[in-house]
Amino acid sequence: MARAVTNQRKAINTAAAWIVGLLIFFPILWTILTSFKTEAVAIADPPVFLGFDWTLENYRTVLERSNYARFLWNSIIIAGGSTVLGIIVAVPAAWSMAFVPSNRTKDILLWMLSTKMLPAVGVLYPIYLIFINLGLLDSRLGLVVVLMLINLPIIVWMLYTYFKEIPVDILEAGRMDGASLKDEIIYILTPMAIPGIASTLLLNFILAWNEAFWTLNLTAAKAAPLTAFIASYSSPEGLFYAKLSAASTMAIAPILILGWFSQKQLVSGLTFGAVK
Amino acid sequence: MGQIQLTQVTKSFGDVNVIPPLDLTIQDGEFTVFVGPSGCGKSTLLRLIAGLEDITSGQIQIDGQDATNLPPAKRGLAMVFQSYALYPHMSVKKNIAFPLKMAGMEEAEQERRIAAAAKALNLTDYLDRRPGQLSGGQRQRVAIGRAIVREPSAFLFDEPLSNLDAALRVGMRLEISEMHKRLETTMIYVTHDQVEAMTMADKIVVLQAGVIEQVGSPLELYRAPRNKFVAGFIGSPKMNLIEGELAAKHGVHTIGIRPEHTDVSTTDGLWKGTVGVAEHLGSDTFIHIHGIPGCDPLTVRAGGDIDVKHGDTVYLTPQEQHIHKFGPDGLRVE
Repeated sequence: MARAVTNQRKAINTAAAWIVGLLIFFPILWTILTSFKTEAVAIADPPVFLGFDWTLENYRTVLERSNYARFLWNSIIIAGGSTVLGIIVAVPAAWSMAFVPSNRTKDILLWMLSTKMLPAVGVLYPIYLIFINLGLLDSRLGLVVVLMLINLPIIVWMLYTYFKEIPVDILEAGRMDGASLKDEIIYILTPMAIPGIASTLLLNFILAWNEAFWTLNLTAAKAAPLTAFIASYSSPEGLFYAKLSAASTMAIAPILILGWFSQKQLVSGLTFGAVK
Repeated sequence: MGQIQLTQVTKSFGDVNVIPPLDLTIQDGEFTVFVGPSGCGKSTLLRLIAGLEDITSGQIQIDGQDATNLPPAKRGLAMVFQSYALYPHMSVKKNIAFPLKMAGMEEAEQERRIAAAAKALNLTDYLDRRPGQLSGGQRQRVAIGRAIVREPSAFLFDEPLSNLDAALRVGMRLEISEMHKRLETTMIYVTHDQVEAMTMADKIVVLQAGVIEQVGSPLELYRAPRNKFVAGFIGSPKMNLIEGELAAKHGVHTIGIRPEHTDVSTTDGLWKGTVGVAEHLGSDTFIHIHGIPGCDPLTVRAGGDIDVKHGDTVYLTPQEQHIHKFGPDGLRVE
């Protein structure tokens, strides 16, 4: 017998979902609200929720003091570059694991994922030294490579999951029809996996955009992305909460908008294979 | 041309030996059917010929040339898959054109061949559709179209009709047979359905556990099965195999008699039994009879107008000239 879904139950579920959603969204909402307050109101106790004089002063100050466009451009280059490079490396890797698996394929996949469990700071020192030796410190190229490597396990895992869903028969038909390995990947596999590749691209772009540890530690001025832009307004002294909030809002706005318009794609990507 | 020769071919997956050493020659233009129960290795054998699996040892020759290590595309064979394996993101036309495009054929010749194939397969009106917008039968036609445009030296069919409903299956069976008569190209067809094997084949290869049990024309296999396995597998309903005292009267371990070679009477006959189930098909009646020692139930095929029902007593007389005899090793005894 199917479980009866009563109206009461529906209402409870809806309320619970709203509460969780608001809890998650509240810090972002608070940041956005604070960005429109004066520094004095921002630290007022008790906090002021909506009843204050809205001001754009913080945004004006932040834009005067920092070159927002340069940080934004660096973020786009670093997040976009590392994602595209990651896809180029991951497609052949995921292909081989999905379609010519060996006895060790599962182990390799888990090992790749296990690198995500390593605290990043554990390898900061060696990577920092390598960057000094290669002259990659504070370069966009260096960050593209590091972020690509950081996100590669996730990209490979996601693509592997999508590729597993493609019937082997179709690839074999391609082989019978005379497709070389390159033809097979270009004409058959990639077009069939486009939805999966798109959501992988999107998710990894967001992850790379938000990555703060490596972008803060390996950049100074030239290659600094929006994470560094936010950090530059965090200060132990002085009143900077409102300006910090304005900077944060400006940093997260592009990715929030991107996420909003692509949420359907993202959700279908993240639940791919989980539900039929 | 499309002569295919397998010499001492074996295949193992890890420690599991799927195909023990096997020799087989398929003549040019022949319609050969690999038939056997599921898991008998017939699909594996087809995939070895296609080149989708590597053989473990032995040699495969196509038209006298060693093809053992050639990749699938270089063997000049085309394959139709059970799942159709169409490219879902391409139109019907692009699906059919794909092998031609891969071969680097010029556009005009591609167009000509696609048009000819579409006409022959009644696909002309569907060329711009995607496979997802077609019925099962149409998809199978597209898969066949994709195979014939290449003008291969041989066609390989891997259970191509098993996803279709019964009525469509009969129609497609005829179409494939007619295509073979028209093209006169070698075809290798894998099926577990002995009716398909009997109706389509020039030559049937019966397989069990990777071993060829018998090779021959449909009627050779029907009339003189080499062993009990082939006897039971070819023919529908299957042959009754009787052991014990009735077989001993003929001086052998087992006798076999086909349902259509047993006369039924309600008054007199050699063996007496009771009707279990009588299946009235209109043209024929299949009667399953209990009480015959050494074979329970025993199936007979009677005329459509016989009037028997559950519990009736009937008398059976096997036609002496159609009794098959098998020794204790299961092999045919003349």
